[in-house]
Amino acid sequence: MCLAIPGKINSITSEYNGMVRMAKVSFGGITKKASLEMLPDADIGDYVLVHVGVAISKVNEEEAQKTFKYLEEIGELGELEDVNEYLPKPD
Amino acid sequence: MKYMSEYRDPDLARKYLTEIENTVSRPWSIMEVCGGQTHSLVKNGIIEMLPKKITMIHGPGCPVCVTPLHLIDKAIYLATEKKVILCSFGDMLRVPGSKKSLLEAKAEGADIRILYSPLEAVTIAEQHPDKDVVFFAVGFETTAPANALSVLHAHRRGVGNYAILASHVLVPPAIKAVIDDEESQIDGFLAAGHVCTIMGNAAYHPLSSHYKVPIVVTGFEPLDVLQGILMVLRQLEQSTAKVENQYARIVREEGNIEAQKVINEVFEVQDQMWRGIGKIPQSGYAVREKYAAHDAMKKYQVNITEAPENPKCISGQIMKGIKKPFECSQFGKTCKPTNPLGAPMVSSEGACAAYYHFSGMVEA
Ligand code: SF4
Repeated sequence: MCLAIPGKINSITSEYNGMVRMAKVSFGGITKKASLEMLPDADIGDYVLVHVGVAISKVNEEEAQKTFKYLEEIGELGELEDVNEYLPKPD
Repeated sequence: MKYMSEYRDPDLARKYLTEIENTVSRPWSIMEVCGGQTHSLVKNGIIEMLPKKITMIHGPGCPVCVTPLHLIDKAIYLATEKKVILCSFGDMLRVPGSKKSLLEAKAEGADIRILYSPLEAVTIAEQHPDKDVVFFAVGFETTAPANALSVLHAHRRGVGNYAILASHVLVPPAIKAVIDDEESQIDGFLAAGHVCTIMGNAAYHPLSSHYKVPIVVTGFEPLDVLQGILMVLRQLEQSTAKVENQYARIVREEGNIEAQKVINEVFEVQDQMWRGIGKIPQSGYAVREKYAAHDAMKKYQVNITEAPENPKCISGQIMKGIKKPFECSQFGKTCKPTNPLGAPMVSSEGACAAYYHFSGMVEA
């Protein structure tokens, strides 16, 4: 039940008489609504982690590369390795 | 899907495994605290692929599994006797209470609903002004902002017929309890990434330095877990003990300040009972007095006698990492996901269910 998955903000509306910023977030093919109250500066196009209807974190693109480069960074992977083949592809 | 599927790349996973193999020199026990990580380890076969010298111990990190029996009985009582519309997350419905589960109560006619988000429950309360609506709000720190928000939404929108039955548990005090338990021998921890997304890493620095254990904040995809294991292992082999963040694409050192504000507005820290483990000091949340009108504990006086646990279920030892699911005499025999004796067999994040589904240890 702690599942939280990243999705992309497609649109932002304000609901409940302007009290709450809500986003439409797409997860692959599925779109769900999520509250942006925890992420006041999240914007359209951002990737956010959504848990039970609430966006709780923005994905940091730069940090996202590090899992793919870590082995290289600790110096154990051959220098000829092409890290790029592992990097997240654009949408 | 972006930021998910790439973290399942089998070639890079193999490279991580090779690196782990090359790094380990002696036996170590590493606990993954979160049930989501247990699920990932077992489902992806990582447990079997790790070097024999590394023992993964599955921690207490499944909120569904540690929700006290008497709270489940209380939720059932509210739905059946007080005729409230009782809502919760799907996993919670199948957990056995002392006599039945919420799902069985639902089959008998109680109005019990599975929701994706507690915010939906506030809307249901608005649509049914003649009924009381209670959300059975279980969870770790990850889920606390959503549950707290539902209270704030109800408060601001004047939805007086909405309350939560809170059963919140906090991870750092549980890690401390596990380390303090004499029976458990754990050398390093993978901390639960999504919990830290909210609370940040602050609570782990004193734990790590006081007990001299490496703690690596870790994500949930196979590569995340493998990298987390390697990071703990490197620390162990180099005799260092600090907090590292494998999951920095999601977790900031300070966590999510907005979410912390909302949690602090609605909840205060209290001692908490963990099913199968017992009381852990300062390890849960209670709704603050200011929001008592939305607190099902205060709104409904229910005195339910505490029923004993099924004596055959060893879930406490499982969640403290002392025993593995297949060491339970009931595992796969009388206890299955279709007929769970204990909570860890219910949720897919429970260690018993994860082993049942994926590890091929059960004869058909
Ligand atoms: S297998 Fe079933 S009975 Fe045994 S510890 Fe797990 S939940 Fe309890």
